[in-house]
Amino acid sequence: MADGMHVSFSARLRTGLLAGWTVLVLLFLVVPILIPVVLSFNSERFFLFPPSDFSLRWYQEVLGEERWRASIVNSLVVGFGATCLATVLGTMAALGLDAPAFPARRLARALIMSPVITPIVITAVGSYLFAAQVELINTYAGLILAHTILGAPFVVVTVSASLTGFDANLMRAASMCGAPPLHAFRRVMLPLILPGVLSGAAFAFVTSFDEVVIAQFLTGATHRTLPLQMFTGLREQLSPALAAAATFMMLLSLVLLGVTEILRRRTAQRVARARIPA
Amino acid sequence: MTDTPVAGRSGRDGARSRAVLLAAPLLGLMALAFFAPILWLLAMSVYDPTVARGLPATAEALAGWSGDGNAPAAVYPAFAADLGAAREAGTLLDLARALNTRLPGIRSRVVSAARANIDPAAADEARFAALHKSWVDPATWRAVQASTSPWTGFHLLAALDLRVGADGSIERVPAEQAIFLKVFQRTFLLAAAVTLLTLILAFPVAYFAAQAPRPLATLILALVLLPFWTSMLVRTASWMVLLQKEGAVNQILALFGLGPLSLMYSTSGLLIAMMHIQLPFTFLPIYSVMKNIPTQQLKAAYSLGAPPLTAFRRIYLPQAMPGVAAGCLLTFILSLGYYITPALIGGPQDQVISNSVANYINAELNWHMAAALSVVLLAFTFVLYAAFGRYLAPSSLKAK
Repeated sequence: MADGMHVSFSARLRTGLLAGWTVLVLLFLVVPILIPVVLSFNSERFFLFPPSDFSLRWYQEVLGEERWRASIVNSLVVGFGATCLATVLGTMAALGLDAPAFPARRLARALIMSPVITPIVITAVGSYLFAAQVELINTYAGLILAHTILGAPFVVVTVSASLTGFDANLMRAASMCGAPPLHAFRRVMLPLILPGVLSGAAFAFVTSFDEVVIAQFLTGATHRTLPLQMFTGLREQLSPALAAAATFMMLLSLVLLGVTEILRRRTAQRVARARIPA
Repeated sequence: MTDTPVAGRSGRDGARSRAVLLAAPLLGLMALAFFAPILWLLAMSVYDPTVARGLPATAEALAGWSGDGNAPAAVYPAFAADLGAAREAGTLLDLARALNTRLPGIRSRVVSAARANIDPAAADEARFAALHKSWVDPATWRAVQASTSPWTGFHLLAALDLRVGADGSIERVPAEQAIFLKVFQRTFLLAAAVTLLTLILAFPVAYFAAQAPRPLATLILALVLLPFWTSMLVRTASWMVLLQKEGAVNQILALFGLGPLSLMYSTSGLLIAMMHIQLPFTFLPIYSVMKNIPTQQLKAAYSLGAPPLTAFRRIYLPQAMPGVAAGCLLTFILSLGYYITPALIGGPQDQVISNSVANYINAELNWHMAAALSVVLLAFTFVLYAAFGRYLAPSSLKAK
């Protein structure tokens, strides 16, 4: 009896310690990213904590100033272009790699994933060499192609994951019913793997929207993206306008990724259910 | 219906070519815009034709020279002619810079020799000796001779603080010129420290979350994903605000009568920020493995009389190891390639190898040195990836 109580006490102590550690680590993770949000609504020019007055003046500055506005437009154009390309090419590649007949599948997969672990400076120098060769320096197209390569691996991973639950017999059934392959893909397969496609697209967009180093190598003053504008600002002087831009970037990626994640979870079972009974 | 072997094979061939065709656009784009340029960059580390192109006549005059005794007399008119041509073509400065990487200090002597505008017909040893005594030193011409081959191991050796000595053997460069090994060492130590610290922070949290009831586990996961999904640049900016002299960290320390610490532009500040950015990368693979370890196993071990720590060490830990390995490997590899955060938060003493690569391209305009450093960095990255990549199941990258 006493022994049993002793065990439960030490077990409770262990759980308590673990819970305490977890709370501390989560605070360490979450509090710092809330700081710019709070500071961006501060009316003062300097970072004083706690903020004295609530104000939107820094958002007005970011959205009103030409160089900030231009950089947001540039980022949206590049992000949209890179997302479209990465999603189409990545989904096609995932479908191809899913076929057991694909030669050297593991190698091809490793090659497609390699931009994720290649140090970004090396990728940026490589992109610069490519863009200089085909005269795409300081163009949207150059940056879009570079960001496509960076974003496509995420599409391949998310689409491949959604294909693991996909019943290949559905496509055979569609084809036996006389559907041309593209039609069968659009009407049967795409609706089922759509959450994977969308979540890959969201990651591709966020990757492009967050990318500084390639943009630094490839663009001049006219095609400066939002993160590059922020990076330049951070090197010069910290200002609440940067906090406002940071909050804007954060919100955009959280909303995009959060919505697609919820979507993906909700529809994950749908794919598993959609199979032809044996 | 026509399930003959022939039809079967052509069906399989069809499936195969369809699969390849689907992946071809992405692989093709990557081959053109990613693999080819990076291979080209890597080749630049051993291929530098600047001197060979700039000094064709000199190269010819030195071609048969064994390197013993004085340089052949024919070198001087040839060199004068090459310098004149380089000056005409506007490539003189590139040539002088390329020679300077092999023979430090020769740049200004090359430029002033070209300015002297010696008539090739009148150029001889005495004329050059009058400009600078090093022009009659055989060592100068041996170095020039070595530079006229477009293929060179010079930059790769220099990236490891090595050089070819006077006797042709490989030796360490003098201590005051040795810079890169220190930067590599710093890069590795920083990556190792970030890996270890994130593991210490993440492991208990992953263990707790894996045992927690579902709603609590979902909440913990959401709070880890929140920073994970936030732009890395934004998180670096947050830490710049927090770590300032008047920043929140120092304000909190002041409440306890401590500080102020100068954390901006310091190694500890950089370490804290990198830990914050990498923590989810270490956490997620560990958590996804631990989630699938049945807790009944531990209970069974307890009921058989195993002390909690023994049960944990013998039953739980071995099963969690693949996740730990994946998380640590991912964080270590990604930490090796950091560039933005050291550039913004670290001081001059915290610059890592990526910063050196960028510096050689943007400031020093020495692509060959940047290429050589890239070779070493990429080699380490891919050796690690090849050796332990099997731990990195696609699922561990999925969350990013």
